Amino acid sequence: MKKSSLLVTFVMLLLITLPVYGQNRQVSDDEVNAVAKKLYCPVCESTPLDVCPTQACADWRELIRTQLSEGKTEEEILAYFAQQYGDGVLAEPPRRGFGLLLWLFPIVAIVLGGIFFSRYMASLRETAVSEPVPPPSTIIMSTIKTLTPEQPTNDPYITRVEEELKKLD
Amino acid sequence: MIADIGYLSLLIAFGLAVYSAVSAWYGHRKNDLRWVESARNATILTFPLVILACGTLVISLVRSDFSLEYVWRVSSRDMPTYLKITALWGGQAGSLLFWNFLLAAFTAAAMARKWDQQRQLMPYALVVASITQIFFLGISAFIENPFIRLESVPVNGNGLNPLLRHPGMIIHPPMLYLGFTGFTIPYAFAMAALISGKLDDAWIRTTRRWTLVAWLFLSLGLILGGRWAYDVLGWGGYWAWDPVENASLMPWLSGTAFLHSVMIQEKRNMFKMWNMFLVVLTYCLVILGTFIVRSGVISSVHSFAQSAIGPFFFGFIGIMLVFSTYWIIRRKDDLRSKNHLLSFLSREAAFLYNNFLILAILAIVFLFTYYPIFSELFTGEKGFVGPTVYEQALAPLFAVLVLLMGVAPLTMWYRTSLKRLEMGVRWPAAATAVFVLVLFAFGIRSWGALVGFGIVGFSAILTLLEFWKGTHARMRKGEPLWTAFSNLLARNRRRYGGYWIHLGVIVMGFGIIGVEIFQQDTQMRLQAGASLQMGNYEMVFQGARRYEGPDDLLITEAAVDVYENGRFIKTITPRIEFYTRTGQTMTIPKARSTITEDFYVLMVNWEPTSANAATFRVFLNPLINWVWAGSIIFIIGTLIAAWPNPIDEKATQIIRRPVSAHATD
Amino acid sequence: MTETIQTTTSEKKQTIRWSTLLIWAIVLGLIATLGWALLNTNAPRPEAGKPAPDFSMQFFDEYRWQEKPVANLSDMRGNIIVMNFWASWCVECRLEAELLENTWRKYQDQGVIFLGIDYVDAEPNALAYLKEYDVTYPNAPDLGTDIARQYHITGVPETFIIDRDGTIAHVQIGPINAATLEGVLGKLLAQNN
Repeated sequence: MKKSSLLVTFVMLLLITLPVYGQNRQVSDDEVNAVAKKLYCPVCESTPLDVCPTQACADWRELIRTQLSEGKTEEEILAYFAQQYGDGVLAEPPRRGFGLLLWLFPIVAIVLGGIFFSRYMASLRETAVSEPVPPPSTIIMSTIKTLTPEQPTNDPYITRVEEELKKLD
Repeated sequence: MIADIGYLSLLIAFGLAVYSAVSAWYGHRKNDLRWVESARNATILTFPLVILACGTLVISLVRSDFSLEYVWRVSSRDMPTYLKITALWGGQAGSLLFWNFLLAAFTAAAMARKWDQQRQLMPYALVVASITQIFFLGISAFIENPFIRLESVPVNGNGLNPLLRHPGMIIHPPMLYLGFTGFTIPYAFAMAALISGKLDDAWIRTTRRWTLVAWLFLSLGLILGGRWAYDVLGWGGYWAWDPVENASLMPWLSGTAFLHSVMIQEKRNMFKMWNMFLVVLTYCLVILGTFIVRSGVISSVHSFAQSAIGPFFFGFIGIMLVFSTYWIIRRKDDLRSKNHLLSFLSREAAFLYNNFLILAILAIVFLFTYYPIFSELFTGEKGFVGPTVYEQALAPLFAVLVLLMGVAPLTMWYRTSLKRLEMGVRWPAAATAVFVLVLFAFGIRSWGALVGFGIVGFSAILTLLEFWKGTHARMRKGEPLWTAFSNLLARNRRRYGGYWIHLGVIVMGFGIIGVEIFQQDTQMRLQAGASLQMGNYEMVFQGARRYEGPDDLLITEAAVDVYENGRFIKTITPRIEFYTRTGQTMTIPKARSTITEDFYVLMVNWEPTSANAATFRVFLNPLINWVWAGSIIFIIGTLIAAWPNPIDEKATQIIRRPVSAHATD
Repeated sequence: MTETIQTTTSEKKQTIRWSTLLIWAIVLGLIATLGWALLNTNAPRPEAGKPAPDFSMQFFDEYRWQEKPVANLSDMRGNIIVMNFWASWCVECRLEAELLENTWRKYQDQGVIFLGIDYVDAEPNALAYLKEYDVTYPNAPDLGTDIARQYHITGVPETFIIDRDGTIAHVQIGPINAATLEGVLGKLLAQNN
């Protein structure tokens, strides 16, 4: 019993370490930055980790490099950072718990807002059926225009052009 | 000594603001115009007094009078004079004084100009504007006083925050503050209309151009902020959805919604209530934004150091929100529209769709910006929302908005037939399809880019057609092309200025899609003489040197030769700036800029001793310059729309005369 | 003008509409949230004379306290605790590292616990730092920066000295010097002894 469990541990260790050694390689800056882009360190807020110049951030990038060279995936590294330093370091809040609300909000806002808005529009429309469309001359005479009378142009044909322009409206 | 004069005039200005609020109210109650006149004069007088206060602070800064704490905090002896002057808004206390300066300028101008036109709104507008002044002057005089003295006079000061030493920072904050404070006037008149119950269009006429001008400055501030970030912050982008940026974006959004929906009120006398709400909302967002930036409630790169203004500011916000909400709710029924919507396919409906989209964007930005507070409230942990979340949520909304921007000008007031609309979009849609196919043929496979470019291209065609239709109509009457075009703009400033702004947005849209989707970047350590390739570009690191810059600055500058398609273009010099006094480091990028793309190089690290090597971060930003070109078009359009129209001016004078004659009776 | 107001009030119905209530709820809710956030931001940092906020910590493997992998600050009640916030990237922390270790060695048998809290650090660097300064007192990472938030630290290094009853006796912002450290410890050791 003891022996077999030892053996299992040994085999598992082999399985774990073998690929790790296989992947223990030079990690390029670009690979590090690809992960670092998704993190924000709490020391220099609002600056993504890949471009943050402070020493703390440089250390974090080295940590990412080490973890990448150990064969960890991006998800694992992000999870590690979230666990170590809190969810606040993630560029995208996790899609669970309270963070889920954040992801749902835009959809809910647009759907609910859309329902309210269309009902409102419909209500404006319903009562309007009997209202006649005013003749074109009133369309031109907007509320503002009636109060600020247009300066009459001396040139009759320019006035006609203006009229025509307004009809294009 | 000279600072004492400044402080004294600040105190007097505060006293005058208090007097103005009280006497305007009293005069209105007693129906005694002399008190109101006196209040008006007091308000106008605050302006020269605040100028004096600002002036003395600037003199103290230029003279490096370190007996003042503020001067010591934000400047140093060796700083160039222009930076000493701009240090006026380089710290919390000074920038609040500067804010007061702009606020006093706007208020004085509004009170001096609009006096005769809006006699009945004036007492209320005076009270509201004066209360705002009381608050801001009070902060400057008693809480964040820039004239506070130090016990002993230090030999040298701290120097200006390195982030603020860039030329872009000289004009960026004043523009933003102009925008922010500018919205005080429309708010004051809107509240005046609400309180007085004079809910006709008078307040809109009075404040329409104010709003446009405030909005213009806010746009300028946002654009310059983006440019500054691109040139100085060195992350290869121009907009990071940072709380401070969002704080100025949100009032800009609601201001944009207002500038559109106000046209419904002018043409159709509808949605008075809604417009009132938008003006009030805009100002509330200005104050809220200022609060979160300055109180440290949501921290951010740009934030001012935490200070005691928080509680005071909070009190002001609370009063303002409750006061505004109360009056809007109270007057809700008076503002109900008497006209109705005739069709879902009409110009007024199109403006409503626009408002719906903009407010949806605003709501999302608002929630995301305040998410750290909400998450801490409910989970105990301060959350964070990065740019990618914003982009995912907002991109579709912006896409629909741009689409609407192109189609809406085809609609007519009251109603438009679907057939007419179809006819209007038929050929542009066909042209767009060809455009997208061409893009596809050129190897663009990202569906986001194809859809995005398609929508922006479609709107571009429709907007250009609007210009063409108008110009063509004039040309048929014999005007040559250029005359026809300029007359078109001159005679319909607001309308064609608006389309011109749309054109700016479209050009920016191309740029934004280009950068968002096709940006490439890489980072590499290079030995002197080694090279790096990206796109059509190759850069060769020639070596770096370190030298002392002005003041406490230590500069490490790399020489990088840029080759395009194998041809030498120029040498650029990205650098690392180290500020020895504060220990801050900044990486200043340099770029090779063309109309199609920027080859943008940052030196991240330099190892002079171990090996003559440096680490570079290189970005290829396609179409980035379209963003800046679009911004310029945008601003020109706003200027066209906001430029005083001689015809309007004359018209208002015609109206004004009898009113003033009546008043002097 | 007064006429307009009168007609408004007389027309006003007494029924309160739910939309009105909703608007007020949103506005007041927002104000309350902001107020709470402001209180939270400006909350006074734990000062001398205030009880030290309790927290749980998960020690670095080699730097456990009494062989426990996890402990609460309150478990250490009865001892004098010198709690030091540090980080390997922090230059000023290095100035006091030796002093802290030496003082710990001197007082560890007199009911004094030194406790290192590693703030926003990369674990390999932190362990290397501890090895470099031959640190032997218990050390734990500040997981999720929860502890730093509870103590409202403004930066590292920062040192809190807590007496036997769990009350903060001294707060040091920035590196601590021998005189202060020995002085405060001496005074606390003299009490109840």
